[in-house]
Amino acid sequence: MVTTDLHTKEQILGLLASIVDPEIPVVTIQEMGMLRDVILTENSCEVIITPTYTGCPAMGIIEHDITELLHKHGIANVTVTLTYSPSWTTDWMSQETKEKLRNYGIAPPTHSSCVNWLDPSNLVVHCPRCNSKNTQLIAQFGSTACKALYACEVCKEPFELFKCH
Amino acid sequence: MTQQEALFKYVLRLGDNALIQGHRLSEWCSKGPILEEDLALTNIALDNIGLAQALLKYAAEIEGLGKTEDDLAYKRPERQFYNNQITELPIGNFAFTIAKQLLISSFEFHLYTALSQSSDETIAGIAAKGLKEVRYHFVHSRDWCYRLGEGTELSHDKLQQAFNELWMYTGELFEMGEEDNLLISQGIAVNLQGLLTKWKETVSTVLTEATIDIPADGFMQTGSRNGIHTEHLGHLLAEMQYLQRAYPDAKW
Repeated sequence: MVTTDLHTKEQILGLLASIVDPEIPVVTIQEMGMLRDVILTENSCEVIITPTYTGCPAMGIIEHDITELLHKHGIANVTVTLTYSPSWTTDWMSQETKEKLRNYGIAPPTHSSCVNWLDPSNLVVHCPRCNSKNTQLIAQFGSTACKALYACEVCKEPFELFKCH
Repeated sequence: MTQQEALFKYVLRLGDNALIQGHRLSEWCSKGPILEEDLALTNIALDNIGLAQALLKYAAEIEGLGKTEDDLAYKRPERQFYNNQITELPIGNFAFTIAKQLLISSFEFHLYTALSQSSDETIAGIAAKGLKEVRYHFVHSRDWCYRLGEGTELSHDKLQQAFNELWMYTGELFEMGEEDNLLISQGIAVNLQGLLTKWKETVSTVLTEATIDIPADGFMQTGSRNGIHTEHLGHLLAEMQYLQRAYPDAKW
């Protein structure tokens, strides 16, 4: 059995960077900004993650994926801790991550400073398929807590928007 | 009341509000008037239950008896729940749920805004998180108030009636107990009386726009700060806690 002292924090963060979001498998938990920190002691490894939404059911799966991956690499004593502060924001996503979402068919979030949350209908959302801005909000709540439903008036396709948070 | 008892009761109350509200909303699952609303109401339920999980977990830590958030949710009797009575009222018709959501989410918006500045870091962190979610809840119920209020005569009347029936449960939101006063002096809790004016302004603005009359303040229900509830909470708990009561410590 390999013990944690054979792994550095950077190595563990590197391993964890391969874990994908179970609901949007084109992006990793690191790219989403959910992976916050790793704390190593002599015989244990604590992984700190932050939830996107408090009730997101994917968190349980992510916790399980983290533990399983580290066990596979010989790190036996793993705890996963949820932290709420600082609270997760879509502003932590890089431009590259947002492009991945777009290519996957999900319109990426706008920067929070550009959003008037009291008036979501004023938000200009580009269709991830044809890039038209002639799109219409269908519902603020979609298949997961983090997404809203839209339809494109040009290519007529429905799509999801990753809500600014 | 010791500092620990006050903090426990305060966080428990916040958690209970989120839990009971979330459980009620989850009853809309598969019963929404349209698919999008089914998704919206159950998404909001999920946000509430997620928040309840975080808060009850913290409450259990403060209590220090080795309990989990599930123990607190599933193994406490009715008299030990401190949620505001408005959260436990049955979902009623769609207009009733929307009116209830508007009153509660407007309150939570101001409450979490203030609590995100709490000197207790855990409360501040959870409140800041909850605030981001509650904004969407508020916009959802506000926009439905506009549509129902300015829709047909029937939808307008149902919404008006819902606000009339719910109004007597709003006084309790702003009641403060011993725990509030103790924690306010340390910058942990929020002076709820101070939120009343802001809340009224938010609600009045929406109701006026929705052509709904703002009900007059009259008799106000009370009791939840002491664990006194309407007849509805017992029925809700009987269903919610059934599995853990019948099969204690059963695991998924």
